[in-house]
Amino acid sequence: MTKNFTVLYKTVIILLAILATLLLSSVILLILGADVFRTFYTIVITPLTRVGHITEVFVRAVPLCITALGVAVAYRSGIVNIGAEGQMAMGILGFTTVALALPDLPKPLLLPMALLASVLAGGLWGFIPGILKARLQVSELLSTVMLNYIAAQFYSFCLRVPLLDPAEALSGAGTPQSARLTANIEIGRITGRLHYGVFVALALALIVYLFLWKTSFGYKMRASGAERRAARYGGINVPAWVTLAMVVSGAFAGLAGGIEIAAVHRRAIEGVTNNYGFSAVVVALFGMLHPFGIIPASFFFALLIYGSTLTPRAVGVPANIVDVMQGLIIIVIVTTQMILQNTYLEDRVWHWYSAKRKLKQEV
Amino acid sequence: MEHISKRFPGVLASDDISLSVGEGQILALVGENGAGKTTLMNILMGIYQQDEGKIFINDKEVHFRGPEDAFNAGLGMVHQQYMLVPNMTVTENVALGYKQAWKPLKLDLDMVRSRVVEISSYYGLAVNPDAYIWQLSVGEQQRVELVKTLCLGAKFLILDEPTSALTPQETDELIALLKKMKNELSVIFISHKLNEVKALSDTVVILRHGAVVFSGNTDDYSPSQIAAMMTGHEIVLPENREEAVRGELALSIKDISVRSDRGFLALDHLSLDVYQGEIVGLAGVSGNGQRELAEAINGLRSIESGSIEFFGTDIANKSPYYVIDHGMGYIPEERNIEGIVPSFAIRENFILKDSDKKSFSRYRFLKNKAISRNAEVLRENFDIRCPDTATAAGSLSGGNIQKVILAREITRAPRFLIAVYPTRGLDMGAIEFIHQELLKKRKEGIGILLISEELDEIMNLSDRIAVIYKGSIQKVLKHGEANRKNLGILMAGVGREEEE
Repeated sequence: MTKNFTVLYKTVIILLAILATLLLSSVILLILGADVFRTFYTIVITPLTRVGHITEVFVRAVPLCITALGVAVAYRSGIVNIGAEGQMAMGILGFTTVALALPDLPKPLLLPMALLASVLAGGLWGFIPGILKARLQVSELLSTVMLNYIAAQFYSFCLRVPLLDPAEALSGAGTPQSARLTANIEIGRITGRLHYGVFVALALALIVYLFLWKTSFGYKMRASGAERRAARYGGINVPAWVTLAMVVSGAFAGLAGGIEIAAVHRRAIEGVTNNYGFSAVVVALFGMLHPFGIIPASFFFALLIYGSTLTPRAVGVPANIVDVMQGLIIIVIVTTQMILQNTYLEDRVWHWYSAKRKLKQEV
Repeated sequence: MEHISKRFPGVLASDDISLSVGEGQILALVGENGAGKTTLMNILMGIYQQDEGKIFINDKEVHFRGPEDAFNAGLGMVHQQYMLVPNMTVTENVALGYKQAWKPLKLDLDMVRSRVVEISSYYGLAVNPDAYIWQLSVGEQQRVELVKTLCLGAKFLILDEPTSALTPQETDELIALLKKMKNELSVIFISHKLNEVKALSDTVVILRHGAVVFSGNTDDYSPSQIAAMMTGHEIVLPENREEAVRGELALSIKDISVRSDRGFLALDHLSLDVYQGEIVGLAGVSGNGQRELAEAINGLRSIESGSIEFFGTDIANKSPYYVIDHGMGYIPEERNIEGIVPSFAIRENFILKDSDKKSFSRYRFLKNKAISRNAEVLRENFDIRCPDTATAAGSLSGGNIQKVILAREITRAPRFLIAVYPTRGLDMGAIEFIHQELLKKRKEGIGILLISEELDEIMNLSDRIAVIYKGSIQKVLKHGEANRKNLGILMAGVGREEEE
C-alpha cells in the first residue's frame, strides 16, 4: 500500500460522507415536496450574500463556539456533556439575577460580576453530573439530560414568577420575560447585532488549546479521558479531573448564555438557549474536538441554523429541517470514523484498486 | 504458501515467504514480536490479501476473499484473544458460526449440542456444552475455541500463541492434547516459547523482520540454537548469581486482607517482607491474589485489614500518587491499558507520573523540548523500536510497550520496584533485556518484588522465592532451595498441610 493511496482513500471516504449527507437530506426534502436545490441554496449560500445575513450567522456562531469548546474539554476528559442546554439556561439566570439585583453598579464592576455569575451557575450545573459520574459512576448521559429538564422548568418558572418583568405583571399580559436589564451590562456591537463576544469566543478557543495541550492540567485531563485506568495508575486523581472538566464545560455553557443576554437580548426571554447546547455537541464532534476545528465548525453550523430560518418563507420548508440535518451529520460522522479505522476494508480496496490499475496498464 | 509478500505503508510485513505443512504434521512458526507471524496467518485466513504469491491446499491453488472461504476450505484459527460471548453457553457460542444449524426462524441448538458432544469426546476435549463461558477458566475457554473450530469442520488448525494465557499445568495438558490430535489434523502453532515448540512440533519455521530465516526439522536443533536464529544473536538469559547484599527493610506487608472485584477475599492475611538489594520472586498460578496484592501496595485497591509499611511509612489505603511520591516503581500486569495511555504518544507516556515535575513543566506549562529530549534518550537506551516518539504508544508491539513502561519506571529512579508478569507474551530478546535491567537495578541496591508464573524466570532472578496460594504465602524459599518440583507442589497448595 502506498502513502499516496492512503491519502487518496481517506479523501474519497470523506467526500463520500459529505455526498451521503447531501443525498440523505435531499431524500427527506423530496419527501417534503421541496425544491432540493433551492433549499440548499437558501440554507448555505443566501446567508453569505449580504453583510446583514453574515452578521446574523456570527451572532449564532458565538454561543455555539463557546459551548462547543466546553463540550470538547469534557469529551477529551472522558465525559460526554449533553447538558449544555441546561447549563446555558442556568448561566442566563445567574447573569440576569445579578444584573437585576445590582442595577446601579458601574459597568466595569457589574458586567464582570454578572458574567461571573453566569459562569458559576453553569459550572454548578456541570458539577452535579460531574461529581455523580466521578464518585458514583452515574451515567452522565442520563444525569445531564435529566438536569436539562430541571433547568428548563426552573428557567420557565423564574421568568414567570421571581424574575417576571413588573411591567408585564402590571399590564397583565404576563409574557414570561425579565425586565429590560440596565445598560451597564451591555456588551457592545460592532455592526448590526454582531457583538464583541466574537473575540471572547476566539480568545477562549486559544485558551482551551493552550490549556489542554500545553499544560500539565490539560495533560492530566486528557489522560483521564483517554484511559482512566492508566491515569489512575500514574497517580492522577481521575475523579477530581473528570469533575473539574465537567465544571469547566458547564461554565463555558453558562458564559455563552450570559454573553447572549449581555450582547443580543439584553433581557432573559424564553427560547434564548435555542438548542445551542445540543448543536454544540455536534459542533464539537464535527470540529474533531479541537479548538481550531471548532471555530470553523461553529461558523458552518451557525450558517445552517440561520439559513434554516430563511427557508419557511423562501422555499416553504420548515426550519426544523436543520435539526434533521444535524442528526444525519452525527450519524455520518460516527460511520465515517468507523470506516476510516477499518484497516481490513482499506486493504481490500487497495487490492481492488491495484488490480484495476494493472488491468489498465495491460490494455 | 509460496512466495507470499505483503506491504504496508513503510513496512514490508511479509517478504517472499514460503512454507508448507503436510497432513498430520505440526509446524511451529516462531519469531520475535512484530516479525510478521500474525500478518502471515491473517493472509492465510483470508483476512488480508497478499500482494504477491500463491496459496495451495492439496496442490490446488486457492483464493480466499474472506475468512468464510478459508473456513470452507477446512482452515480454522484460534486467536490469541478468544472470540467467545461470555454470557452465552458453549453450545450457543458454537452455534454462532455453525451455519447448518441456522434454520429459517429457528436455531437448531439440539443439533449443535450433539455435535459439540461428538467432537469433544472424539478428540478428548472435555467441555460441558451447557456451561456459560464466564464460568470457565482460561484453559477451558481455549478448549471451547478448539471445539468450536473443529465443529466448523476444520482439518487444518492455526493456533496463535495458544499458551500465552495458560498456567503451566494447562499448557502441559494442551500439548498432550495436540499431540494426540495431530493424527487427524495439520497444525500451525505460533509461539515464542521454545520448550513448547521443541516438545510439540515436527518442523519449525523462523521468521525475522517478515522473512523466513530458517526452516527445518525441530528434532535437529536445540532450543538455544532456535532462539539464536530467532533474534539473530546468541541468547543467554541472565541469572542472579551474586550474593545478595541485603539493605534496609523496604516493604513490609503484615496480615493484609483484600477483596477482589467479585467480592471474595483475594488476599487472606498475607504477610511478606522485602529488603533493599534483593529480588523476591512471588510464584504462583495466576489468579491466586497476585493482581490484588500489587494493586493494594500501589494504592489502587483498598485493604480491609493489616498494614503495609514502605520504608517505615504507612502506605495502606493511600492514594496512588502518595505511593508513587514515596518512591514506588510499578510495572503493572495490564500493560496495554494500565501501563500506558494507548492513544498518547510515546513521549507523552514517559511523563505519565511526572507531568508536574520541574524537569518536564514550569508553572504547569509543559516543556515540550525537555519531554522530546527525554523520549529520545529513553528510546535510544532501551532500544524501543518505533517510527518516532510521537507515535501512539498503543500501536507498538507488546515487547516495545513493555520497554516503554520499563524505561519510564526505571529512569524515574524509584527506591523500590514491583514488576508483575513483566515478560508475559514477550519474545526471547525482550525477555533477556528486561531480565538484565532488573538485575542491574538489584545491583544498584534496589529491592524488587517480581510477580511471575514463569518458574524459570523466578528461579533465575530471585534471591528469595515466596509462593502464593489462595491469597496467602505458602512458604518462602531461599535461592538454592527451590526447584521446579517443590515450587510446583507449593503452587498447587499442598505444601503447608504436609509440613504441619
